[in-house]
Amino acid sequence: MNVAFDLNGRRVQAELEPRMTLADCIRHVLKETGTHVGCEHGVCGACTVIVDGAAVRSCLMLAVQAEGASVLTVEGLSHPEKLSPLQAAFRKHHALQCGFCTPGMLTTAHALLTEEPDADKARIREVLSGNLCRCTGYIPIVEAVYEARAAYMERKGAK
Amino acid sequence: MKLPPFEYAAPTTLAEAVRLLAAHPGAKALAGGQSLIPTLAFRLGAPSMLVDLGKLDELRHITIDASDVRLGARTRWRDIEDDERLVAAHPLLVAAVKHVAHYQIRNRGTVGGSLAHADPAAELPGITVTCDATIAVTGPNGARILAAGDFFTGALSTALADDELITELRLPAWPRERRWAFEEFSRRRGDFALAGIAAYYDLDSGGKAHNTHIGVIGACTRPHRLPAAESALNGRRVDAAVIERAAKALQAALDPPSDLHASARYRCSLAGTLLERALTRTL
Repeated sequence: MNVAFDLNGRRVQAELEPRMTLADCIRHVLKETGTHVGCEHGVCGACTVIVDGAAVRSCLMLAVQAEGASVLTVEGLSHPEKLSPLQAAFRKHHALQCGFCTPGMLTTAHALLTEEPDADKARIREVLSGNLCRCTGYIPIVEAVYEARAAYMERKGAK
Repeated sequence: MKLPPFEYAAPTTLAEAVRLLAAHPGAKALAGGQSLIPTLAFRLGAPSMLVDLGKLDELRHITIDASDVRLGARTRWRDIEDDERLVAAHPLLVAAVKHVAHYQIRNRGTVGGSLAHADPAAELPGITVTCDATIAVTGPNGARILAAGDFFTGALSTALADDELITELRLPAWPRERRWAFEEFSRRRGDFALAGIAAYYDLDSGGKAHNTHIGVIGACTRPHRLPAAESALNGRRVDAAVIERAAKALQAALDPPSDLHASARYRCSLAGTLLERALTRTL
């Protein structure tokens, strides 16, 4: 089947089997390997991408279901010249170690803060509870997301 | 694992969706996919075709009137969470849905998908049964309405025929004065409950409980009401002694399965504790 959608602002299309997940399509067909695949059954959150503004698990979505959608992956969150507010905060708080869960943490946090820039720590913890990290521990991740709020509040205020 | 192969169709009308299901033995409806796709990833199912309901916007609505609260089958957890009217129109539903899964799953998981999947630990089937809701379905022979008590036939099993689709969940209207509580316990936030209790009752002019509904999830093979525990409340002023009697009646009536997550005895004890906590919160 043919599927076409926007990936990080650029139109992409691919010919693929209906059974291919969005995660595998992004990684294996479109060669954007920033999105990581951990459990492949919707438990770990590593493959989180943002589809039409909502954070979703790309291993629990078929690529054909993304037809016409706007998909944002971790690649789409970075700026070419400077660190994004989340990147800077993750760096400052040592919010990653091996980095495997990080793309999912960043996309989840970006979706959350875009919609709820005033999310408190309890809300951040609740939302991040869908993302597993096996090395750093969650405290620095929560701290980093909390610190990045300011930039998202400004962005929302500017709109 | 990777998903097994299947054909895919994305019909634009309900009638076309039903025709596709009827014409392709082994076909399955796909809504949010948050239960179905993991099932396929574990190779626990191998449908011949997935009929994607994603284009059927007629299944995505929340309507509230004097007689009931209606949730279209494609209503997502997120839609329930975002609808401020529901806090007053059905607080028990809102409280239960807070426990459903995680942020990303809540953006895709649907009412119809949860009912059709019929996990015995899932919150919405529990609310459906506790509230004596009805489930509207449609198939090649037309539409029909199923009572919640008849819909869930066992773990992951329902009375829905292979060529039928759920269109709507109808919860009876909720009186403002009703006493209610929802309690569940899971090891981690968002996990399926080891046990959960939904409970409500109305007070008569003398302050006595009537119309008590108590339902269980998790500590059962399908969600069900507990008449023995309900009758411990009906006709009485609810107090600590009544609550204790209700919890004992509940534990005597439960017959939960044992599995690697918890023994039957533990689930039974837990359900009793949750009922005590729930009813104490209604005082």
